Amino acid sequence: MKSHSIVMLRRNLKHIARNPMSVFNAVLMPIVVMLMFVYMLGDAFSVGVDYVDYATPGLLLLAVCYGLGSVSLAVNADKTKGIINRFKVMDVPPNAVLTGHVIASVLTNLIAVGAIIGVAFLLGFDPAASFAQWLAVLGIVLLLSVATSWITVALGLVAKTPETAGLVAVPLIMLPFFSSAIVPADKMGPGVKQFAEYQPFTSIIEALRGLLNGVPAAGDLIPALAWLVGILLVGYFWASATFKKQA
Amino acid sequence: MTGSAITASGLRKAYQDKVVLDGIDLDVPAGTIFALLGPNGAGKTTTVNVLTTLTKADGGAVRVAGYDVTADAKAVRKSIGVTGQFAAVDELLTGRENLQLMVDLNPAADPAVIAGLLERFELTEAADRQASTYSGGMRRKLDLAMTLVGSPKIIFLDEPTTGLDPRSRRTMWTIIRDLVAEGVTILLTTQYLEEADQLAHRVAVLDGGRIVAEGTPDELKRRIPGTHVRFRFGSADELDTAVRILAGATADESELVVRVPCDGRTNSVRALLDKLDEWELDAEEFSVHTPDLDDVFLALTGHTTEVTAK
Repeated sequence: MKSHSIVMLRRNLKHIARNPMSVFNAVLMPIVVMLMFVYMLGDAFSVGVDYVDYATPGLLLLAVCYGLGSVSLAVNADKTKGIINRFKVMDVPPNAVLTGHVIASVLTNLIAVGAIIGVAFLLGFDPAASFAQWLAVLGIVLLLSVATSWITVALGLVAKTPETAGLVAVPLIMLPFFSSAIVPADKMGPGVKQFAEYQPFTSIIEALRGLLNGVPAAGDLIPALAWLVGILLVGYFWASATFKKQA
Repeated sequence: MTGSAITASGLRKAYQDKVVLDGIDLDVPAGTIFALLGPNGAGKTTTVNVLTTLTKADGGAVRVAGYDVTADAKAVRKSIGVTGQFAAVDELLTGRENLQLMVDLNPAADPAVIAGLLERFELTEAADRQASTYSGGMRRKLDLAMTLVGSPKIIFLDEPTTGLDPRSRRTMWTIIRDLVAEGVTILLTTQYLEEADQLAHRVAVLDGGRIVAEGTPDELKRRIPGTHVRFRFGSADELDTAVRILAGATADESELVVRVPCDGRTNSVRALLDKLDEWELDAEEFSVHTPDLDDVFLALTGHTTEVTAK
């Protein structure tokens, strides 16, 4: 069982090495968005603090989401080409096949997150977080990456064609824009404002923001963790059930 | 393993309201090639998925290699190899790495088979190129080579030559025949009547989730009316006489051809020839025409194999 997982993971890592463009995209796009908002438009937003300090937590989330597009595509290609069926007939357990994709996705995400943090510092990012608070930030980002990767794996399995698989991650990429990532939710129009206040990414971003500012609030952390665990469980069980059901 | 490699009885499967398999019975003797012939949507792939443990049937019983596919799925999986409808190769890996992946995932496989399989499928030269650079025929060959890694005794091939050019198709046929010569049992699906005719010991014609006919290719051809004898004459006079004296004869006057229904047995043919002799008729050309499987399909299902809907 364990060796199956390792074989699968090795295959996914080889894919990353052979297709560096997918990592490049996952790293480059969030940086472009960051430069656009912080460097070009940052002065136009009045959020009460230095804009780079305000925007970085949301951009960490965006960096994770951008990496997911290629995951649903890769999973869907395995399905539509019959590779998953081949593995099933060889008695490879579902967890081995899917976990390989998830770990590869998380590694891509971590590279992108590292790049965003680096660029943020270059732009004058000045967090007040302690070491323990930084660890908590990394923990939340990691949990976010694992949870959204499972959801994306499930979406890739459910999508009938590669074209739809390419689109399923779009809502995840768009969601940060309708949260408090770029501007505070209370500055948005009616309707969007309520959506932004209550959608999962806002509480996760607020939790990260609190930690990076050195003032974590339980009111943000608890809903954020609840959302993350919820997303993880839904994604994991949805993906596993879909994998078993499909032929 | 003697006797039956695969048996199925009363297989049923429906997706929501749509019945895909409507009572399929199969019996594939070990060491033979069995073809499931039918147009798109007939239920071929679903049947293969049920037989290979990928899909659970709603009803019916299946034994593969002596094991029940539901109760003993793991034992079945150890005995079989499956090549699906699309070449299931990892395009970012090389040919050799694809085979290595199969070896790594199969505890029973011997890494030494890789070189032999590459050689056998004429992929040695391309072995270290990524599979994305392969032609359709090469992908199919790699696909089948990957299936053979564990030396399965029963192999399922779902439309193994769909989309291949005629030359690659012939190569694939040769490979399939060689496998059976080594004692492997093969169940293949195809939309090509010629392929079933060329390869299979027995053919089941599948239409709308039901087997509408089963037998050897020759038995199927004999089962339908339509075998006839053709005579071509030198003059219209002879043609007229022949139409008068031969029961059931039809004439094509522009070609000076007479067609007479006949089951093709030597006695029946001799009777026809005697009749011609009696009237001192001498045909310039004579042939016995047996219908091909296309005619069989039309006669059995009431429609041709051309199905546009997918």
